[in-house]
Amino acid sequence: MIPVEHVLILSAILFTIGVGGVILRRNAIVVFMCVELMLNAVNLAFVGFAYGMHSMTGVVFVFFVLVVAAAEAVVGLAIMLQIFRNKGTLNIDEINLLKW
Amino acid sequence: MLVVFYILALLTVAGALSLLLVRNPVYCALSLVGSFFSMAGIFILLGQEFVAAIQILIYAGAIMVLFLFVIMLLNLRSTEPLALKITLPKTVGLAVTAGILAQLTSVFSSPLAKLGPLGDYPPERLAKEGAVQIVGDLLFNRYVLPFEVISVLLMVAVMGAVLLAKRRLPAPPHPSAPLKEGP
Repeated sequence: MIPVEHVLILSAILFTIGVGGVILRRNAIVVFMCVELMLNAVNLAFVGFAYGMHSMTGVVFVFFVLVVAAAEAVVGLAIMLQIFRNKGTLNIDEINLLKW
Repeated sequence: MLVVFYILALLTVAGALSLLLVRNPVYCALSLVGSFFSMAGIFILLGQEFVAAIQILIYAGAIMVLFLFVIMLLNLRSTEPLALKITLPKTVGLAVTAGILAQLTSVFSSPLAKLGPLGDYPPERLAKEGAVQIVGDLLFNRYVLPFEVISVLLMVAVMGAVLLAKRRLPAPPHPSAPLKEGP
């Protein structure tokens, strides 16, 4: 029997690593992968709560999160392709057209 | 079983950390795939084999292959400086990250997170009816509206990706340009 708290703490650690990657990394694709990691950490929390509460709603929500992650990956990567075509870089320090 | 969980948790965190620390984007993607695989193992330990299967098929299979395709298509060189130099934005970022970890941990270990077995799907029922059947039943009866909405979202995402990935869009007419067809 796995304690639910440990699953939740693991999910918190993974989410934090994802946040750290988004803040610290400069490559846009790696930032994107960190966002995927954060979504996955949320999935883990959903499954952990479903396991602890003997409920299946969390598992259904995992599917929704999965679809949103897939849609986000597709659109985001297409945007990155366009940015690379126009600017020739994916370093997010150099993509600062909207920066005041 | 607990030992297996800790080993898989360690592997997951190790994969995530190497995503954070490795410079080459291809290695980043591969370490993330490893992290997803160990997380699928954790899902199996928690009794959700179906979630583990779609985790491997969709995340590790489809989405990460898409990432690898884009990385190799763009032929990205790792021009990113090594993450060892300490700058002010990095320090602030690490502090914010540590704050988020502290807050999440305190929330997850508070009594509010200990809800107890309130739901009506104990493991025995899960084993008898099968998780796939229960999930399908919930998805198509109770959550049918979110299911339809999410299908519209998926369609919009596909259309947006096609539109964005086209080589060149025709320029839209300028707002002040006169219309071609009069009444």
